[in-house]
Amino acid sequence: MFDFLQGYDVLGAFWTTVQLTLLAAAGSLVWGTLLAAMRVGPVPLMRGFATVYVNTVRNIPLTVIILFTSLGLANTLGVTLGAKGVIDTLNFRLAVLGLVAYTSAFVCEVIRSGINTVPVGQAEAARAIGLSFSQVLRLVVLPQAFRSSVGPLANVLIALTKNTTVAAAIGVAEAATLMRTMVEKEAQLIPIAAIFALGFVILTLPTGLILGWVGKKVAIKR
Amino acid sequence: MKLRKVTAASAAVLALAVAATACGSSNNDKGSGSSSGGGKKITIGIKFDQPGIGQKTPQGYAGFDVDVATYVAKKLGYSADKIEWKESKSADRETMLQRGDVDFIAASYSITPEREKSVDFAGPYLLAHQDVLVRANDSSIKSPADLNKKNLCSVTGSTSAQNVHDKLAPKAQLQKYPTYSACLTGLQSGAIDALTTDDSILAGYASQAQYKGKFKLGGFKMTNENYGIGVKKGSALKAKINKALEDMVSDGSWETAVKKNFGPAGYKNEPAPKIGVVKS
Amino acid sequence: MSSVLYDAQGPRAKRRNVLFTGIFVVALAALVWWVYTSLDDKNQLEWVLWKPFFGTEAWSTYLWPGLQNTLKAAALAMIIALPLGAVLGIARLSDHVWVRVPASVVVEFFRAIPVLVLMIFGQALYANYTNVSSDDRPLYAVVTGLVLYNAAVLAEIVRAGILALPKGQSEAAVAIGMRKGQVMRLILLPQSVTAMLPAIVSQLVVIVKDTALGGAVLTFPELLASGNTMIGYYGNTIATFTVIAVIFIALNFSITTFAGWLEARLRRSKKSTGAVLGEDAVEVNPAAVGGGFGTGGEGGGMPGSRTYL
Repeated sequence: MFDFLQGYDVLGAFWTTVQLTLLAAAGSLVWGTLLAAMRVGPVPLMRGFATVYVNTVRNIPLTVIILFTSLGLANTLGVTLGAKGVIDTLNFRLAVLGLVAYTSAFVCEVIRSGINTVPVGQAEAARAIGLSFSQVLRLVVLPQAFRSSVGPLANVLIALTKNTTVAAAIGVAEAATLMRTMVEKEAQLIPIAAIFALGFVILTLPTGLILGWVGKKVAIKR
Repeated sequence: MKLRKVTAASAAVLALAVAATACGSSNNDKGSGSSSGGGKKITIGIKFDQPGIGQKTPQGYAGFDVDVATYVAKKLGYSADKIEWKESKSADRETMLQRGDVDFIAASYSITPEREKSVDFAGPYLLAHQDVLVRANDSSIKSPADLNKKNLCSVTGSTSAQNVHDKLAPKAQLQKYPTYSACLTGLQSGAIDALTTDDSILAGYASQAQYKGKFKLGGFKMTNENYGIGVKKGSALKAKINKALEDMVSDGSWETAVKKNFGPAGYKNEPAPKIGVVKS
Repeated sequence: MSSVLYDAQGPRAKRRNVLFTGIFVVALAALVWWVYTSLDDKNQLEWVLWKPFFGTEAWSTYLWPGLQNTLKAAALAMIIALPLGAVLGIARLSDHVWVRVPASVVVEFFRAIPVLVLMIFGQALYANYTNVSSDDRPLYAVVTGLVLYNAAVLAEIVRAGILALPKGQSEAAVAIGMRKGQVMRLILLPQSVTAMLPAIVSQLVVIVKDTALGGAVLTFPELLASGNTMIGYYGNTIATFTVIAVIFIALNFSITTFAGWLEARLRRSKKSTGAVLGEDAVEVNPAAVGGGFGTGGEGGGMPGSRTYL
């Protein structure tokens, strides 16, 4: 029944999807947190920059952003990301970069609302004992904010997993690329679509369930 | 009370949306003309983004495939204003014919044994060859073997780059983009060394105003691409279209169309192929 | 400008701020300069590439019809997905297992699958089992994919919004003798709408952006796809993508602005009712993270939706 799978590396394609997801997740967590820190920080210009960044990036289709990384960054601006002359590696890294640029805007918003769940008294107490802005954020507010952001961050991670399919636009050989190739060459559209849908369910459902559980565990009961 | 306000607000949003939608669709109908009502129409699949072959321009549709399709449609009894053009991307062509979305397809559609399993072909009406487009000042690519270690671009869903990679230049690196134009941007900037597909298509791009003089064809003739007109399997149209194509060659319209569409590109086309003879 | 996070700034802190601002400005200016010169170097700033956008021809042939299709698909998807999502979300809160479980399965399933896959599936479905004309089919398939996915996400937003209300609201309503339907219709939904609004709006923005997927896989001639056709004619890849990005930003920005205005109005008119997810309520109820901003991550919905189990 599944003989149309012959000759296609479905697992390999999904492995690329997983790699894209994990790398982009790590990157956007870092950059998103930095953006959130800028947005609540004392330097007006950085606040402005972070706000404009988030509102711009969130409103552009990811396809356009990913295409921009390849056509704009790599081809026109000559960014090589340490992968000069190796197209596959370069495309993979560009895709990660595009996904980070996009996803971090959402991470920033989640963390910012996480910060809002931390009682004002916490920050006031921290200031009272003489901590600076970065210390307040690093030692008191962010740790608590992260704990209440696990659930929303899980949603962002799930969205990111599915968004990696857009990397197909610049020729990264992930799951959606393979699916399109298979749909073109094989006649069984529905079974192929079903298999790839199942693959994504397998990737995203446990993420949601596990992180949902973790989120409940670590959330601070107030 | 609160609910009422929310409802009112959302109703306003919906009304706006519906209004936008409604005016959108009415405009569209005027533009394309409905396919169901009034007068017999014929629906033809072409490419929308290949200069010289089939292209949507502000002045209407233009290209060699468009001219051939218009001529064939006329012979089938449909004047030019009875034709409804539809975009048929490479990956969708067989499915569109099988579902009957279009009556026939003239969209740089090469006749291959693989495709003949699912659709029938009239023609061929043009013999093209797979070739590469390189920067005009790049003299390092003189034969297909020179493509080794070079960056080769093609579009998603096309097998031409894969063919070159597998058979002629195993060390070439492949870049796939959704459109040829994206490849050209890379070619222009130097990130890509060669763009590969049929020479007829490449010639069209090379002669576009903004690219003039920047690119040149390699002239490798790596394969034979016999462009045919795709019809549904077992369709009676095949014989009629073949007859029309023969007429087109014999009354000189074929030559005129070739001159008109390929002339500016300086593309040296092959003579008109014999109907039913597929060069492999 | 002061905040709870940092003290009012003294002379040293102010100097440091100026320093940071200075460094930031220089870095930003260097970046802009680098982008500008590189673009100029590669001849991407030539007037001929940008000229089409200042005439009517490019707009009437490519961009405007594409924009219309984008708006049409997005509007239809919103109109269908919003009520469907509300029904699914409320169904998940039902007391009856036979309502709750199927609704949960549907929501979790469609939330887990990429929209792209749903669109391809919709295309095959309409082609094989219905007689929708081939002209309308891409639109139907795009809307179907968008509706299935976004209704599931909106369902989670609605559910989380209702769950975030203080329990006392529904208890009081039951105590004065309201039936279940009345509690939902008169007490819970009206109050939770304000709290849901930001999340709903960010989902509407996602719908608008995701129409672009239809152009990539289904020959649905929306804005991005017509842009690609246009690039084939003018050969101005980077210029066209820039303009398309700007159009999308403007479109989505007007949606969020409108929603912000709507939210402010709803909030203002709500003096007497209790639980609003304002800044204060947020602290009371950590499940309701982020009252005030469009949050939740793409397709994430209200943060409260982390209650998976």
